[in-house]
Amino acid sequence: MESQEKIKIRVCQGTTCFVMGASRLEGLETQIPPQWRQKVEISAQPCLGMCQKAGFMKAPFVRIGDEIIGSATVDSVLEKLSGIFK
Amino acid sequence: MPTETNTVLLRREVIVRLIKGFLSDSFRKRADDLPFDMRPKYAEVPFRCCIHKERAILRERAIAVLGASVEQDDDKTPLGEYAQKSLDRKAPDQTVLTVVETACQGCTPNRIYVTDLCQGCVARPCTSACAFGAVSIKNGRSVIDGSKCKGCTKCMQVCPYGAIVKIKVPCEDACPVGAIAKNEKGHAQIDFSRCLSCGACVARCPFGAVAEKSQIIDILKALQSDKKVVALLAPAAAGQMPVGLGRIASGLIKAGFDAVLEVAQGADITAKTEAKDFQERMERGDSFMTTSCCAAYRELVKKSVPELRPYVSDTATPMHYTAQLAKRKYPDCVTVFVGPCVAKRMEGLQDGYIDYVMNFEEMGALFVALSIELSACEEYVFETPSSKQGRNFAVTGGVAESIRVAGSTGVSDFRPVCVDGLNAKVIREMTLWAKKKATVPGNIIEVMACTGGCVSGAGCLNNQKAAAKKVTAYAEQGAELTPDPANGELEKK
Ligand code: FES
Repeated sequence: MESQEKIKIRVCQGTTCFVMGASRLEGLETQIPPQWRQKVEISAQPCLGMCQKAGFMKAPFVRIGDEIIGSATVDSVLEKLSGIFK
Repeated sequence: MPTETNTVLLRREVIVRLIKGFLSDSFRKRADDLPFDMRPKYAEVPFRCCIHKERAILRERAIAVLGASVEQDDDKTPLGEYAQKSLDRKAPDQTVLTVVETACQGCTPNRIYVTDLCQGCVARPCTSACAFGAVSIKNGRSVIDGSKCKGCTKCMQVCPYGAIVKIKVPCEDACPVGAIAKNEKGHAQIDFSRCLSCGACVARCPFGAVAEKSQIIDILKALQSDKKVVALLAPAAAGQMPVGLGRIASGLIKAGFDAVLEVAQGADITAKTEAKDFQERMERGDSFMTTSCCAAYRELVKKSVPELRPYVSDTATPMHYTAQLAKRKYPDCVTVFVGPCVAKRMEGLQDGYIDYVMNFEEMGALFVALSIELSACEEYVFETPSSKQGRNFAVTGGVAESIRVAGSTGVSDFRPVCVDGLNAKVIREMTLWAKKKATVPGNIIEVMACTGGCVSGAGCLNNQKAAAKKVTAYAEQGAELTPDPANGELEKK
């Protein structure tokens, strides 16, 4: 468990995601429960390319590990994480 | 806009879809289909009682984006027809707000209410605190008689349990001049003879029931014409996106604008002109002067507090000066002010130098519709660099400070006061200043209708705190404003 790689969380800060609500994810870092903090690494990234593939209506996008979630909110990111860490 | 709530995102989606519709070869059909594309058969119904209500609301939101008034809608005119009208009209409508009637919840009226937390205590301070005899005890609990209650909140203040609350109608509570109230049909109605177009109700209604009548279709038409179209980017723009102002400007060029001017450039002229005005007024013995750049404040003076008129600086707004510069440089061009403000839309309709107004939300929607990724745009180089002080106009305190710097060679007695957000109380106070019935706490009064300044405007994309920080950081990179004589060639209105 100890040597496990951190789960990478990439919050899209591309233009489409930002306009369609990415600033709602601003507080994400602080809302990760303490027991998970060491296990994740959060950063912002310009356009993940999903706005073209999946459509702007699904923005904002967040990549968690290899998976991308659309219409992302702090809650939906935390839910995904709880699935990973259960 | 404080937070990106669901209503805000819905509105943005409607704008993006209509822009895409305009750019397609089937605008009318895409407009007709919009409510059904957003809520297709069997789709989830996230917010309202049923899919039909959601579609009806989306239809009305689309009417506003197409620039028409929902108040005049008959429920049966197809959206495609509204789309066609938006294509045919020569000029935008003369009112800037509309109530999305189906979205309006018809909230319970403003009142003071005793909740279940009432313990029916023995002391009963609420009954004795009420000067109007409105509180009585029924079944061991306090009850308020609405016909006697004057809403003074004394009972609330004395309740040891905090069991008495004030129920507010958000739009009515937000409006500084009582211009929005429920009509006999039970939904909000705007009294345009009083409305300042400040946008407080737009920002506050949790149902998103007050909407701006957009000019986006008119702007798209201009972009497709052979006329030059110049964007005038308000100082608050620097805080709206993850990227800086230069890239936002490049994005606008990609979207089809021919040139972009920083309105901060006009703000520099406003500051210098206003400093001169201030000096003259102090020399002739005036007790105070107020700034003139906030469009909602100008409406306030015009519509409800004429006593203040003599104290408002005669200086024109940064938007006006910048538009004038644009029209001089590109004769015959179409000017589009891009800003955070509902009231600027109103000002734009009254100012001959301004053709259209687009808010930041509509700008963002334009980028989304055209798939313009700003981080991939290069830095736009503005022809005339703006000053640090001009860039700071968007944040409370910035305007007064710019006048101080611009006039640093003139009046030494400079006592600024910021009216940071208009509300009924501060309007009463200012009226007393004008009537010489109360001492004015300073001699130069900066008035901002929105608390925090333009970065809190209802048409913003980013939240106020983040935006203010970015605007200030951008301002810091600017050169100091030089206190030289104002650009006398530009006309005031
Ligand atoms: S902007 Fe987020 S995926 Fe493109």
